[in-house]
Amino acid sequence: MFLWIIRRDLLLAARRRSDVLTTLFFFIIVVSLFPLGVGPEMNMLRVMAPGVVWVAALLASMLSLGRMFSSDYLDGTLEQMLLSPQSLPLLVLGKALAHWLVTGVPLVLMAPVLGIQYDLTNDALLVLTASLLLGTPVLSLIGAIGAALTLGLRGGGVLVSLLVLPLYIPVLIFGAGAVEASTAGLGAGAHMSLLGAFLLASLVLAPWTTAVSLRISLE
Amino acid sequence: MPMLQGIDLTCIRGDRKLFSDVNFLLESGGLMQVQGPNGSGKTSLLRMLCGLASPAQGEIRWDGTRIRALGGDYFGAMTYLGHLGGVKDDLTAIENLRISSALGGIDLDERKAHDALQHMGLGGRELLPAKVLSQGQRRRVTLARLLVCGTVLWILDEPLTALDINAVKLVQGLIERHLEHGGMIVMTTHQEIEIAGAAIQRLQLA
Repeated sequence: MFLWIIRRDLLLAARRRSDVLTTLFFFIIVVSLFPLGVGPEMNMLRVMAPGVVWVAALLASMLSLGRMFSSDYLDGTLEQMLLSPQSLPLLVLGKALAHWLVTGVPLVLMAPVLGIQYDLTNDALLVLTASLLLGTPVLSLIGAIGAALTLGLRGGGVLVSLLVLPLYIPVLIFGAGAVEASTAGLGAGAHMSLLGAFLLASLVLAPWTTAVSLRISLE
Repeated sequence: MPMLQGIDLTCIRGDRKLFSDVNFLLESGGLMQVQGPNGSGKTSLLRMLCGLASPAQGEIRWDGTRIRALGGDYFGAMTYLGHLGGVKDDLTAIENLRISSALGGIDLDERKAHDALQHMGLGGRELLPAKVLSQGQRRRVTLARLLVCGTVLWILDEPLTALDINAVKLVQGLIERHLEHGGMIVMTTHQEIEIAGAAIQRLQLA
């Protein structure tokens, strides 16, 4: 069942490529505009890079949150998911995972290429990519809670950002911090461990919270 | 013997009381038709019965146990088809049917899904994306689930909307067969339906 839902969401994403590409292009454009705006000051760019890439990844992932449940809500599939004898948290986990595969993984893959514009060293690029790899699934999982809570509300998009952004901040701080720490020669281990801890905690807690939120939203 | 029982159900929407003290008992082989004018709470009642909403007062029991307590066991014995069909525009009819069956806990292979759609008069259109199907055809895709779900209790909200005469007959046949085999149905419809040899209860909401 878990695999069914992932397969279905990937199939839907493949039939609707524009949605996926919007997120990716948003990320690419935001990250690419900074070096153009700031000018060729290598030292400044190197310092800015992790923060800019992470903020862009945060916003890009939030851009696509609205779509996570809304189309299923509008055509009635979500009702069927809630009435499924299968465990709802597991279905939600599948949907969050599919969301990450569609929006998170392309960002992770693009990050090292975009990082070159900021004159990052190979080590820093590696740490940046690794931190995004650990951090972006957290964004999808936490975002699912916000998306579920604001389902069917007018102006839900703004509300999602208000609900979800504060929860994203720790991921942003430690994600960007990992790269800074490794450039400063401190090693990124501590930051990475914390990101890993966030990932594990959200893997366990977010699907349950989202499932409860969905039941409330549909009542 | 499975049975569905509603005890003193009350529904409140905002500060308006839609209905109160609704009692019924539905047993194996029984059909309950919920009647009432628009806005009288028919859909709200059905959503309560399937567990999507909870009643303001009263309780719903399946085999004597509250449905909230049963959770997944109840969902496994019940199929709900609401106003929204749960048909995805970007998926083909056959994909829609297979995925909605998978959600209901049944792994439907391609051939069985094909047969079910054929039976619903969608032969030759299985591989078209649902967005090019007409309203009635989409409804048929939704109703095809009834052929494959294998559940005891069907909760149908206006199943006959947008259907042509042949499809209405088809659905009546499905309903008759389900009742003969000891199934139970709760449905709302504004159309008169004739079901041969079944005990039809009518529940009138004010």
